[in-house]
Amino acid sequence: MEILVCARRVPDTSENEIELNSAGNDIERDELVYSINEPDNYAVEEALQIVAKSGGSVTVVTVGGDDDEEILRREMAMGATHGVMISDDAFSGSDGRGIATILKAFVQKGNYDLILTGVQAEDGGAQVGGMLAAMLDDPFASLVNSIEVLEGRKLKISREIAGGNREMNEIDLPCVLSIQTGINEPRYVGMRGIRQVASVPIPTFGASELGVDAGAVGAAAAKVKRVDYFLPALGKGAEMLQGSREENIDKVIELVAAKGGLK
Amino acid sequence: MVEGIQSPAQAIYWVISGRILFLIIHLLGLACFAYIVARRLTPLLRGERDLRFDQPLARLGKVAQFWLGQWKHPRYKGAGIIHILIFAGFILLATRAFALILGIADTVAMPAIVGHVYDIIKDYATTIVFLCMVVATARRLVFRPARYAVPPRYGKAHTADAVFLLGLIAILMAADSLFAASKAAYQAQQAQTVDFLAVLSLPWILKLALISTPLSTLQNLHLGAYLAHDLTFFFLLCYRPFGIQFHVETSLFSVYFAKLDREMLKPVKWGVSDEHLDQVKSFGVKKFEDFTWKHILDFYSCADCGRCSDNCPANAVGRPLSPRFISIKARDYAFQHYPMFGRPNNGKALIGTIYSEDEIWSCTTCGACEEECPLLVEYVDKIVDLRRGMVDDGNVPQSLQKPLKALESRGNPYGKMEKKKADWTKATEFQQACKVKILDGKNGVDTLYFVDSITSFDDRMQSIGRATAKILDHVGENFGILGAAEKDSGHEVRRFGEELLFLALRDHNVDAIKASGVQRIVTADPHAYNALKHDYKDVPPVEHVSQVIARGVKNGNINFNPVENKDAVYTYHDPCYLGRHNHVYDDPRDVLDAIPGLKRVEMKRSRDRSFCCGGGGLMLFYEPKEEQRMGVKRVQMAAEAGANVIVTACPFCMVNIEDAIKVAGMEGKMTAIDLAELVDQQIAREIPKECETAVHGG
Repeated sequence: MEILVCARRVPDTSENEIELNSAGNDIERDELVYSINEPDNYAVEEALQIVAKSGGSVTVVTVGGDDDEEILRREMAMGATHGVMISDDAFSGSDGRGIATILKAFVQKGNYDLILTGVQAEDGGAQVGGMLAAMLDDPFASLVNSIEVLEGRKLKISREIAGGNREMNEIDLPCVLSIQTGINEPRYVGMRGIRQVASVPIPTFGASELGVDAGAVGAAAAKVKRVDYFLPALGKGAEMLQGSREENIDKVIELVAAKGGLK
Repeated sequence: MVEGIQSPAQAIYWVISGRILFLIIHLLGLACFAYIVARRLTPLLRGERDLRFDQPLARLGKVAQFWLGQWKHPRYKGAGIIHILIFAGFILLATRAFALILGIADTVAMPAIVGHVYDIIKDYATTIVFLCMVVATARRLVFRPARYAVPPRYGKAHTADAVFLLGLIAILMAADSLFAASKAAYQAQQAQTVDFLAVLSLPWILKLALISTPLSTLQNLHLGAYLAHDLTFFFLLCYRPFGIQFHVETSLFSVYFAKLDREMLKPVKWGVSDEHLDQVKSFGVKKFEDFTWKHILDFYSCADCGRCSDNCPANAVGRPLSPRFISIKARDYAFQHYPMFGRPNNGKALIGTIYSEDEIWSCTTCGACEEECPLLVEYVDKIVDLRRGMVDDGNVPQSLQKPLKALESRGNPYGKMEKKKADWTKATEFQQACKVKILDGKNGVDTLYFVDSITSFDDRMQSIGRATAKILDHVGENFGILGAAEKDSGHEVRRFGEELLFLALRDHNVDAIKASGVQRIVTADPHAYNALKHDYKDVPPVEHVSQVIARGVKNGNINFNPVENKDAVYTYHDPCYLGRHNHVYDDPRDVLDAIPGLKRVEMKRSRDRSFCCGGGGLMLFYEPKEEQRMGVKRVQMAAEAGANVIVTACPFCMVNIEDAIKVAGMEGKMTAIDLAELVDQQIAREIPKECETAVHGG
């Protein structure tokens, strides 16, 4: 099976202290550490596990610039067969629809059976996967937390439903799936793995190679624009339970049960 | 002229002359043994390289101390003394055994070589070994020390095999004695010169018992005893390589080739420098043959005595790790995959077959097992090699992936920003008392305080950092820190198998240290201390702060106010990487004993038998499967010793012990304090001394 995983580089929320910039329209990015968007990493792992069982190849693609190459290398170190960079000045400032348009052009140049995205970008809005599927006229399922390959170009997938329920679906290939974290346990990528793929060439495609109309993407064509960015004011602090150990235990059980945590 | 007793060589056994019969037995026995040993050597020859042929004198020293001198054995009194007696007996009787093998000469096959003295010694040696067999069998069958038990997950008990082997040795001793006794009894009846037998020895007793036995029976007993001795000897020789007594043959080699610099971790591959690691195809141990030949030899040598696991903290709290079975399972694997007949069969990956992931991640590398092993079997290197293999395959628990990634991108496992590394120095009260310089190579400072990640970033441990700085200031050290330029020492990164990430951290720190121009390094973190001392190259000499304090106390630079709380009873917990791995046991104790009015007790498990608190560095992020926390056990040990204050000298011990006090519900009854904190609190400062106020660089 030929699998394409769309990945993205984002500021790593666990290794940064996110602060607003002085203009108040974005975060202070100077000293941020970036890494692959975590759900995308799960998507690559899932693709690798499918290919290990059913054969095929895994291509990881990202729309970005030179800095974003590091995540392609990391995913190649994980085992992805190819990494592809889509980069063009005309693409910068694209909204979700713009990114989906660019990816659609790339997808149509290849012959992919399955396209995976992370459930959402940590700094995004979970929009590209669905739009890409619609543009390709492919079926789409979101929040996928298990995939089983069936005979006859079909997949059996499960989706996470609110409250921890799961829904099982059959879906025809080719299709687009957005992958939920927890679907697997992504393998570790060490320094050694990254070094081993350090000199593997990564092809880059621009607007002209993909046949994308530069006017239809980028900042000028974006129909969603960020107008503000702020950290919400801190709410009330934690509730401190004050009582004997037994009373506190009872209270905790009551609170957790009230929130649906105990069944 | 009365006829003497017929020697086995002269006798006719059924239809065959004794000389020929024994020649056949000896040749067959030796051939079988040679074949078995050759087969056992096959995996060693296929194992990885290991450079152990250097420094013959140092190695002979180890042989003298640990093999001939049985140095570790008295650590377990009962079993140790029995073993020393058996070992001594074997050594003395070995001369005789060799004589036996070569002794198909004309005279008796077991010649008395050096006359009376040797005869006395061998009579008693035989007797003592025989008695030891009785006692050892009783221990195995009746007293059953807990450490011999085999938990169900590791298979059946090894008692039957152990008792069988003990029985064979007992038969050997009895046959030997009977051989001498029957001859002496025969001589006595014939009024010939009677061979000397040591009083109260087994042959002496047997001789008394046989004194009126008919001559023909004595002759038969004499010949029969020799045959039994001969057959048992060669059966034992050929049977030992299949079980726990193979160490009789291998221990000499195991000890000779034992690791000389125990504090150094094994390189990824012997003979491959750090710069050339990129060319190594596979890291660590994934399949059996990835172990080095010495490590495979260790597996053969393990005597199944259970001392390692008896001292292993992971085993004690029910983690799925028992060092003894790291060896036993590997040995069983070798026996199974390198059979006596037929081709060796290719094995699968070790993880998932004989070892589990959790088993290998459960080790805190505390070194208690290695400290105990009488045969100097190495465990930490094997665990680290197995981890290297898992890391190379991407097989790392999710709980460790985040901190490893953070170490790669931020240089600390918490993902904190580099610029905040020196924030611990900015606490208002502290800043007024002591300003800490950030080194830039131009401030002419000669001492570096290497803080490391946990002390820099953990709110609680920052107090250890400030106490250390104030102590250094008090003893007049001109010191500074690297600040944002200091990355994690990488001590656990290396021990968790991520060698290349460790090398990156190390190289960065070495450059930063060299650029700072310092002459010496001090740290309060034993893990950083161990890394700087043994894992780093070309850095100035490093000391743990307890050594600096001990020196200050000795030369009068540090004086203490008396302890105020008269009810406080202190006990010192040895951090593994200060004590066992670096032998700093006395300095911290000397410091405590120099504080007037301080009552100190020792826990049962102290010094080189210290019980790990739960492990440091990345181990804090690992979520082990365990029944109890190591720290809780440790805190209970302190309580048993009658202490209510645990003093330690490591920030990771502090994390684990303070958590354990809470988990054990002992808040208010037990407290923990770092040695540096205690010293800072007790130091007699006559005039509050301001340290240099100017902050250079940074």
